[in-house]
Amino acid sequence: MTAVLSQIPYSVLKPGGDAATALYIVAFSLFIIGVKRGTHPRTAKHGNMIAALGMAIAVLTTLLLDGIGNWGLIALGLGIGTAIGVIASIRVQMTEMPQMVALYNGVGGGAVALIAWSEIRHGISLGETISLEVLIPTLFAAVVGSVSFWGSNIAFAKLQDLIPTKPLAVPGQQVINALLVGAILAGCVDIVVNNGSPSQAVFIGVLIAAALLGNLVVLPIGGADMPVVISLLNAFTGLSAAAAGFALDNVVLIVAGTLVGSSGTILTMEMATAMNRSVANVLFAGFGGAPAAGAGGATEQRPYVSISAQDAAIKLAYADSVVIVPGYGLAVAQAQHAIKEVANELEKRGISVSYAIHPVAGRMPGHMNVLLAEADVPYEQLKEMDEINPEMPRTDVAVVIGANDVTNPAAKNDPDSPIAGMPIIEVDQAQQVIVIKRSMSPGFAGIDNDLFYEPNTSMLFDDAKKAAADIAAEIQQL
Amino acid sequence: MTLFTEITILVLAAFVGFEVISKVPTTLHTPLMSQTNAIHGIVMLGGLIVVGYANDPLEYIIGTIAIAFGTINIVGGFLVTDRMLGMFSRKPKPKASASPGEDKGDKG
Repeated sequence: MTAVLSQIPYSVLKPGGDAATALYIVAFSLFIIGVKRGTHPRTAKHGNMIAALGMAIAVLTTLLLDGIGNWGLIALGLGIGTAIGVIASIRVQMTEMPQMVALYNGVGGGAVALIAWSEIRHGISLGETISLEVLIPTLFAAVVGSVSFWGSNIAFAKLQDLIPTKPLAVPGQQVINALLVGAILAGCVDIVVNNGSPSQAVFIGVLIAAALLGNLVVLPIGGADMPVVISLLNAFTGLSAAAAGFALDNVVLIVAGTLVGSSGTILTMEMATAMNRSVANVLFAGFGGAPAAGAGGATEQRPYVSISAQDAAIKLAYADSVVIVPGYGLAVAQAQHAIKEVANELEKRGISVSYAIHPVAGRMPGHMNVLLAEADVPYEQLKEMDEINPEMPRTDVAVVIGANDVTNPAAKNDPDSPIAGMPIIEVDQAQQVIVIKRSMSPGFAGIDNDLFYEPNTSMLFDDAKKAAADIAAEIQQL
Repeated sequence: MTLFTEITILVLAAFVGFEVISKVPTTLHTPLMSQTNAIHGIVMLGGLIVVGYANDPLEYIIGTIAIAFGTINIVGGFLVTDRMLGMFSRKPKPKASASPGEDKGDKG
């Protein structure tokens, strides 16, 4: 068999042969090195290129394998994919990064599901019994790939504001999901039991049920929880790629897919921890917007202080140390450049400025760092929560811009608060606090922020971008 | 490869993934998620393989879409990660240039 195949002129490498396997080992080693180097800001860019090189080696190796054919289709697929990938990557704004990642994740999952479908059709057309070693991973890849594709598309649509970001509760949600899971399992069992001649119709039914499940699981989740969902779906797509590797007997798929699956799981858990929630709670609780959530108790009007941009500028200009606490609202208002201007003005006056980054600030963990880096904020000024909290009592002015729940002292002080125990940036410890916000409306947790009513807190009601620009201009005038 | 060889590889790769990622600062979570996201575009290889034995129009279509999807995942993923990381490595000295780093196409 192999002797015959190796006579085909363009077939250089035998699938599963020594040369192909060796090249695949080089490729996945480069992935591991690339990810490893991705863990430090100075080496990350280089690491990404190493991983990309590994990918190039893996793709070229595969193109040289025996049995690769239909070159026109391959060229077409590669051409379309490259064009879309390049254009999308160049045009995307940094603020849109979470939905971009969601979309890329979705197409990855979609590719896995389609490959599984093709693999099943191939097995059926051969008319032989499909071994369970191939069939089970193929089914796993199909189901998880399909869930990941549709779930990611919903996540993309929510982040892009194509559909409401509010949690959409479907009545009987849990029951429907359970029924879908049951249907998927039943379909898979049917295919496995009849592995002599599995029904393609049942397989397509499984794909559709998995698609519905992907939609229904992500639809009820609020926009603020999307980062955790995307990270989880990223891990899922990785695992489904590994499953495809089992089905196709391909070592580089197994290693790369598993690497993404396990690293994605860690990232997901870290993000959930940073929000003081379990992953299950994110997926099934529909938190992140239900306005009923405990807002009832705090309806009495409490006094707060409202100030102008000019007042804020004076407070800042006469401080020695300023900590800026940016949040989700800053990303939405695209105020990162404006706040950097404020920091520039302050630094010209010899005031020390740093940025306190909550682990879940922005629309995904680390997103705020990317946005501030885009505005040329030096990396050294970005302080993580644990690093900045001890410095808060020595901080003259803390500026909270577009952040809310991550600064709410109730998380520490009120054990009954829905966010009790969530790690916060302790701005209430600073000498003075300026909160830039459009209104007194609550954050995504749907609860009042005690910080706003503290005697040392001043509220500046405005759009984050406009407020920051006004403050910068006012400081210049002083 | 036998099934158990493959499972061995899977388990070891899982531990490598856990080990490597556990030490990442939050700062780099977004680019890292984006980079690992690009890596699972590796499924595109599966598309290349199945399109090789595709022999009816539907399989041609499925295979081509799978390759295109996988390629978007790979090319887009690595490029966008490169752009993001470019923001970190860029020094603040040469005063805010407007154009973001549309770097070389290190595509796979």
